Amino acid sequence: MSRDPSIVPDRHPVLEVRDVSLGFGGVRALTGVSFSVAKGELFSIIGPNGAGKTSMLNCISGRYRPSSGQILLDGSDVTGLSPNRRATLGLGRTFQNLALFGHMSVQDNIMVGRHHLLKNNALTGALYWLGARREELAHRRVVEEIIDFLEIAPIRKAQAGTLSYGLRKRVELARAMAVSPKVILLDEPMAGMNLEEKEDMARFIVDLNEEWGMTVVMIEHDMGVVMDISHRVMVLEFGCKIALGLPEEVMANDRVKVAYLGIDEDEQVA
Amino acid sequence: MISSLLLQLILNGLIVGALYGVVAMCFVLIYKSTQVVNFAQGEFLLIGAWTCWWLVTSLELPFPAAFLLTFLFMMVFGIVLQMVVLRPLIGEPVISVIMVTIGLSIFFQAVVKAIFGAWAQPFPEVFPVKSVDVFGLPVQPAYLMSLVVSVVIMVAFAWFFKYSRMGLAMRATAFDQQVAQSLGISVKGVFALAWAISAMVSALAGVVVGMVNGVSSALSFFGIKVFPAVIVGGLDSIVGAIVGGLIIGLLENLAEYADSQFLHLGNLYSVAPFYVLVIILMIKPYGLFGTKRIERV
Repeated sequence: MSRDPSIVPDRHPVLEVRDVSLGFGGVRALTGVSFSVAKGELFSIIGPNGAGKTSMLNCISGRYRPSSGQILLDGSDVTGLSPNRRATLGLGRTFQNLALFGHMSVQDNIMVGRHHLLKNNALTGALYWLGARREELAHRRVVEEIIDFLEIAPIRKAQAGTLSYGLRKRVELARAMAVSPKVILLDEPMAGMNLEEKEDMARFIVDLNEEWGMTVVMIEHDMGVVMDISHRVMVLEFGCKIALGLPEEVMANDRVKVAYLGIDEDEQVA
Repeated sequence: MISSLLLQLILNGLIVGALYGVVAMCFVLIYKSTQVVNFAQGEFLLIGAWTCWWLVTSLELPFPAAFLLTFLFMMVFGIVLQMVVLRPLIGEPVISVIMVTIGLSIFFQAVVKAIFGAWAQPFPEVFPVKSVDVFGLPVQPAYLMSLVVSVVIMVAFAWFFKYSRMGLAMRATAFDQQVAQSLGISVKGVFALAWAISAMVSALAGVVVGMVNGVSSALSFFGIKVFPAVIVGGLDSIVGAIVGGLIIGLLENLAEYADSQFLHLGNLYSVAPFYVLVIILMIKPYGLFGTKRIERV
């Protein structure tokens, strides 16, 4: 399911990372990484284990604060903001290891994603029948759309912890979508999936990007999927950006071949 | 033939047990959402009851006004306590946090004694003292009222966690703080709210007990009784806290019955809950309703 290269996303950058460095004690996890993601783009970050992909994602989501550099979301600087503030400003994410609320139903899991958009508080909540109810219904509708889109309607009442791995990953995506983000960060959405589940997930990500117009930033190990569905790809190695471009450009890049695909330089020359 | 004494004690057990359940619920609320084992839970009852007592006797406010003010005061008290004392301790070892709450407990007891003295003070009469008949047993109206209050609080808790936005946020935070944050939930806000609710509801229980037994430092003993209740029920289960509270309340009174009628050991009622605590922990280390942590990757 290769993509039509003529689809050029709107060039307005919705996420900008400017010269971000991150150190833990003496270890440099990221060194001067810059990139920007345009509205409506599907952008992937790849690299060998320990290259700093997840560190990068955590800097964007606000879990880590970069030692230097700036992160801009939709033009405004969010570098110093907490993860929850960033979420309310329009940043959704999924996690590499499953992080669903296991004891809650699928529906409630997704409703938590609406949290920052719900206006009722303890007081108006007590006056449930005077307005909070109408509000909840509006949110339920959004949740229903997401449920339909991800084809999880049959399991909406199920306890999240009892579902299969692939389904739980899908519910996690649904929850991140419920935040109504401007950018959605996917941390290895296909890790640990079988082929069929991977294909399903890839289809959902492409549809999310094309039909919903969602800007997606994804970290993924499966090179085939990344090259198939991404608009642009960035490659990290030892915390440095070594390539950024269209999938085919990145595939053809010598440094990428050396770093990521494990072909050594002598072989190239020969 | 069941004697009327036994019936009376069972009824007492249910009433006291429901109150234990309420306080245990408050304890679980703090533990669940902030991972703090709060040894100063009993002092919330103490401070709440004394505050209300002072407003009623010294300022001569009508009881409903005094009660509302107490509620507001405890809300602020809970939030300030969380922000000033416990927030800096986030990420510190569990044992440090426990030591701090034990310290708080001693500190508050001493402060309250310094201000209000060491003697029990009777609450001005709010409800008539004359007993009413329940299934042929004489029961004080204040006791009945306390049972009603307990049940109302429990229903309100259940409703809050199931349907309200903040309730959902609190459950999410209890499960995984990092994920909750990624969904736009302010973890700091949830922590403050947990302490505020816990302090308010505990104070409510304190006022109720104070009305029945008088206001004294004995109220903080409730905080200790709550331990068997929550551990029987499971540290992280709200339902467990209620069931645990009822079990401990009944058990105390049954122990009292057995003691006074047959064994004559004296004071068995205050020790019995802890025997049961030990036995339950041997059989079910996570309590009756507690969740066993299972890692799935």
